[in-house]
Amino acid sequence: MRRETFVNIAALAALFVLPVWANATGETYWVTLTTKVVILAIAGVGLNLALGLGGLVSFGHAAFFGVGGYVMGILASHLQDYVPLLTWPFLFEGSNQMPVIWLVALVFGALTALSIGLLSLRTSGVYFIMITLAFGQMLFYFAISWPAYGGEDGLSIYVRNEFPGLNTLVPIEFYGLCLTVLVAVLFLVWRISLSSFGLALGAARQNAERLQAVGIEPFRIRLTAFVISGAITALAGAMYADLNRFVSPNMFSWQTSGEIMVFVILGGVGRLFGPVLGAALFILMEHILGGMSEFWHIYLGFVLLGVVLFARGGLMGLLAGREVSHD
Amino acid sequence: MPTYLIVEQLLNGLQFGVMLFLSAAGLTLIFGVMGLINLAHGSLYMIGAFAAAAVAGATGSFVMALAASLAAAAAAGALVEILVIRRLYDRDHLDQVLATFALILIFSEGTRWMFGSFPLFLDVPSYLSGPVTLPGGIQYPLYRLTIIGIGLAIAAGLFLLIARTRIGIRIRAGEADREMIAALGVDISKLYTLVFALGAALAGLSGALVGAIQSVQVGMGEPVLILAFVVIVIGGIGSIKGALVGSLLVGLTDTFGRILLPVAFGTFMEPSAANSVGAALASMSIYLLMAVVLIVRPTGLYGRA
Repeated sequence: MRRETFVNIAALAALFVLPVWANATGETYWVTLTTKVVILAIAGVGLNLALGLGGLVSFGHAAFFGVGGYVMGILASHLQDYVPLLTWPFLFEGSNQMPVIWLVALVFGALTALSIGLLSLRTSGVYFIMITLAFGQMLFYFAISWPAYGGEDGLSIYVRNEFPGLNTLVPIEFYGLCLTVLVAVLFLVWRISLSSFGLALGAARQNAERLQAVGIEPFRIRLTAFVISGAITALAGAMYADLNRFVSPNMFSWQTSGEIMVFVILGGVGRLFGPVLGAALFILMEHILGGMSEFWHIYLGFVLLGVVLFARGGLMGLLAGREVSHD
Repeated sequence: MPTYLIVEQLLNGLQFGVMLFLSAAGLTLIFGVMGLINLAHGSLYMIGAFAAAAVAGATGSFVMALAASLAAAAAAGALVEILVIRRLYDRDHLDQVLATFALILIFSEGTRWMFGSFPLFLDVPSYLSGPVTLPGGIQYPLYRLTIIGIGLAIAAGLFLLIARTRIGIRIRAGEADREMIAALGVDISKLYTLVFALGAALAGLSGALVGAIQSVQVGMGEPVLILAFVVIVIGGIGSIKGALVGSLLVGLTDTFGRILLPVAFGTFMEPSAANSVGAALASMSIYLLMAVVLIVRPTGLYGRA
């Protein structure tokens, strides 16, 4: 068995066992903390598809994360306030059903990624980084100055949304739901990476000219990957909003984009479980260092700097060795 | 809309654009010469502002404060270049983004630790405060007018530096072919440190100048950084001329967007709705400008393909 497979199985086992154990011993705080890890990992897995597999360094994934969050906030707030969201062409009162919210979040995440991708994928390299960052900021300022949904203050949802057959207010049940989604998303991305589309995406990263020469248009491959990536991150955004029962423009901020990127890089770029490890490490550091000092971001900065300068390949690179290079 | 309002907003847009240019020029120079994307540029802007506020508080002299902002930002820039940035030139953009993101965290939290979370205030000196009367009887703050003058003077100086001096020739040569100028005996690593410190000093100065109008606080640099990115994307990466044109375009678009859009929507909507839609669209206007430029010219107005 490859060492990476072993690490992946160990990580998954830990995600299954630790929260159940924490729940049994009454430490529900840790269950909620792990829920946060799992949801942020989903966002990271989404980014990793574009960044790791496709080499698209998007510094604007907060745009999709925020869109997902606001989809949840808007749908749930309309139902909560008894103000129908749509009266025409049909009556739609909003929704507090997670499957509905998730579906809408996926669709709007994909649409946002399609429009941002159509423009920004015309460029590459450093232009692409700056443009995705700028589009993320555009949505951030839009969310701040649009007064209908709370503007700068954000939106609070008083009761967590429902999922058929579960009581989502029980931490461990909500956690199980989130973990199921993470596993499904990981499975999807794994299948994508092995599919002919995934191979073409990897080829677009390594040598776009050759890919073009064999008759595959890199732009369309990249755009498709970007859309799937955005949709997954939007789903994570909707779930994250549900975890906090709160949406604010902060979900759109460039720091959020940076953090999602940090999950991917701390864990290991392009590795299937990289974002899972990265998110876990990040939240753990936030918890431990944040408890020690108000200025824990300084330590985070030094850790990141150390990872970039000296420990390339992230946590997965450390645990399972650097990936066999095909570049 | 009355003429005086238009002139006033024109000057405001010019002032915003010129200050943006000081940050964008360093960023585009650093990218053009070293091929480095530097997210920590906004932190250097913040360092300049804090140094100016601290020195102004201690000495009471605005000129000293400006000198301090230049010196502190240049020193911080040179230090960071030697300790960290130097190792990133051969890395891919992802590594550069992440390492400079880490630098932002270190600089921001370090500044918060030193100065606290409350904003500092840097006062406009008495000899620059108050309005002046422009030809046509238009009143405009003297300080803002001074800023426009300083910014334009620096822009002209930068053009002369790049076009006429030996250093400028080396910088341009470094942009064109860094191996070749290293082979010709130019100390390339010194040149890089110099360019980085120069860009940092410009950012620091603009931080101090703007800090006297707004407040000096942690996190003030990042919005400017992102606007500077928009400017560079519009102007074309590596082009100082592009940075100037882009800055002025962004400055004017932003200023007039905020004034004109609510008015424009007011012609066919009720006032409160027009205000909110107009304000929301105005905050997006520069990004829409960027999108339009990208559609027409994906490498920016003056960028090389």
